[in-house]
Amino acid sequence: MFFASVKLTVYTLVLLALTSIVGTVVLQNGSPEAYIRLYGPGLYNMILVLDLDRMYQAWWYLLLMVVLCVNIVVCSIDRLSVTWKIIFPKNISVNPQRFEKTKNRQQFECQLPMDSFAHQAKQMLAARAGKVIEKTSETGLILYAEKGRWSRLGVYVVHSSVLMLLAGALIGSALGFKANLRLDEGQTADTVFDTHTRLPIKLPFTVRCNDFQVKFYDTGAPDEFKSSLTILENNQERFTEDILVNHPLRYKGINIFQASYGATTPDEARFEITDSETGTVEVHTIKNGGVVSLPAGAGNFIFEGFVPHYDFNGHDLGEAFIGRLDTMDGRNVQIVLPTKFPTFDKMRKSRFTVEVKSWDQAYYTGLQVTKDPGVPFVYTGFLLMIIGCWVTFFVSHQSVCIGLEQTGSGSTRVWVAGRANRNAQSTNLIVKKLVKELKEVSG
Amino acid sequence: MNSSLLLSAATFIYALASVFYIGSFSFKKPAFARLGFWVIVIGLVANTGGILLRWMESYHMGYGHAPFSNMYESLVFFSWTTAALYVFVEFKYKESIIGVFVSPLIFLSIAYASFDPSITSKITPLIPALKSNWLIAHVITCFLGYAGFALAFGFSFMYFIKPKDPGASSFFAKLPDWDTIDELTYQMIVFGFLFLTIGIITGSVWANSAWGKYWSWDPKETWSLITWFIYAIFLHLRLMRGWYGKNLAIVSIIGFLGVLFTYFGVNFLLSGLHSYG
Repeated sequence: MFFASVKLTVYTLVLLALTSIVGTVVLQNGSPEAYIRLYGPGLYNMILVLDLDRMYQAWWYLLLMVVLCVNIVVCSIDRLSVTWKIIFPKNISVNPQRFEKTKNRQQFECQLPMDSFAHQAKQMLAARAGKVIEKTSETGLILYAEKGRWSRLGVYVVHSSVLMLLAGALIGSALGFKANLRLDEGQTADTVFDTHTRLPIKLPFTVRCNDFQVKFYDTGAPDEFKSSLTILENNQERFTEDILVNHPLRYKGINIFQASYGATTPDEARFEITDSETGTVEVHTIKNGGVVSLPAGAGNFIFEGFVPHYDFNGHDLGEAFIGRLDTMDGRNVQIVLPTKFPTFDKMRKSRFTVEVKSWDQAYYTGLQVTKDPGVPFVYTGFLLMIIGCWVTFFVSHQSVCIGLEQTGSGSTRVWVAGRANRNAQSTNLIVKKLVKELKEVSG
Repeated sequence: MNSSLLLSAATFIYALASVFYIGSFSFKKPAFARLGFWVIVIGLVANTGGILLRWMESYHMGYGHAPFSNMYESLVFFSWTTAALYVFVEFKYKESIIGVFVSPLIFLSIAYASFDPSITSKITPLIPALKSNWLIAHVITCFLGYAGFALAFGFSFMYFIKPKDPGASSFFAKLPDWDTIDELTYQMIVFGFLFLTIGIITGSVWANSAWGKYWSWDPKETWSLITWFIYAIFLHLRLMRGWYGKNLAIVSIIGFLGVLFTYFGVNFLLSGLHSYG
């Protein structure tokens, strides 16, 4: 049957490996402009037809995953129906013929009579290879022991873990979301916007950013960003928690992560206003949106706001304050004061120049808000995958058999052999050690 | 004594070991390879000392983090895991000459760390995303996986230099038999596969606690998955389809190319979240 073949598994895995490369080379989730700029309109059409712009969610990529899953399920059912009886037999049948051709088989003569030797051999076998089953054959006695029969299930655990992972991923993409939220210090929000669809999502609670702090190393590299968040429900404060990168807040199935930060409008700042006609210099502390009168009553200065990135003829001059000069002579101009260039306003060459002297830097915190009910399934899958791989590769079903045969002269002829479904090396070692022990007592 | 001195020493000791192994192969003198083994052991001691010292130095500088935070440190650690695993394998299997393709890998990695001017050996503070207990678990498991694959790659190469039917007296007869090479390659890939699996999983759990997404198809993630697919193919071919020998060795070599691209290619050619090594 088509879906029961390992050939299909191999081809599907090859296709998955090859096609996965595409998504690491072609830009993912970009804007149409970005694609046209990078690849041109012709290739862009092809990208759209094949869904290469969001390749890992494309129908054909998901189809490959589905084929893999069906393949796993069909293969497992197909094989398990046969191996189940091997894994859980009603009674273990001992078949010494199966040990006749094993490579590790060893034979020797023992001076003791069979019965007394058998007693000792049984204990040694039990210590090395598990519970001993005794069987009398036409020629003598067979001692058989085995362990790790259950390990044959390992491979099914690995394969079911893949299904579990994909089920978790499916649940997550159907019922979860990933959204961004930007909060100024002091601001609250109960709605976030989906990262991909931009649609609003209402949270089951309200979140407030009390404070944001960023610490730097003396090298200038960021050391830590921290937001203090308060969760409110029905206007009641529930709790307050600090979140850092790697230390999210989790509440009611929603996770809030520290993702980024940036500068935002300070509450107030100190401005120095110079009147070039009179030489008067005045310094004012102005609140955001506040107004002060200019020297000699020549008009007003208004602190209008703040931008994190000021674009000046195509150059990003960084953070800048925005103000407005409203003078008596009827002129009303907006002025921009980049913080990195204090004397920037002198370039206007007008009567009044304004310079920002100092301010309390305010920040917004960039939060990532996610919900993913599939995570418990994915984590279960992870656990099963590790356990399954371990069992599959490092535990084997080993059986060791000792055959005893009374000879006419009162001694015993002994053979020892072992079999394993994999990792024959360790079985060989058991046989070797067992033979050494047996020879020691056999005199 | 500081860590860079010790690590430079390790680089030269590994170079010497490679010379012994390759010399043993070229001049057909097995004794050289046995000498090479002890040189690798000494190199491993210096390498270990260098890593521990660097760890302590980072505490003295006030940063205090495990030396797994950038390309330099990861290359040094790659040499360490590969050397450690190799010493274990040679010790267990008593096959000396198999180091001929592995010892140069150990040397090249640490040498690349020291000599490429674009790779800084400065101890730098940890960026916020890396401040997590998952760092150590993730790096150690991934690099144990890489080491397994590196050894498998070195062993697979044997198939392309050993004549099919070496004369009984020739040097090639001293090379391990095909069954041993086949078994060793398989064992190394099983080891690598288990640890790559755990490495991807720890990375994924970590990503979920740092960014809120256990999988975001970042190039590093995707390429580690591609590598995982290749070795999964290897295991299915060997266990279920009965492949062995040269054909399987080719799959193992392709797999290691996947490892190399996951490790270096992604950082140099593609951009993503995982830009630190």
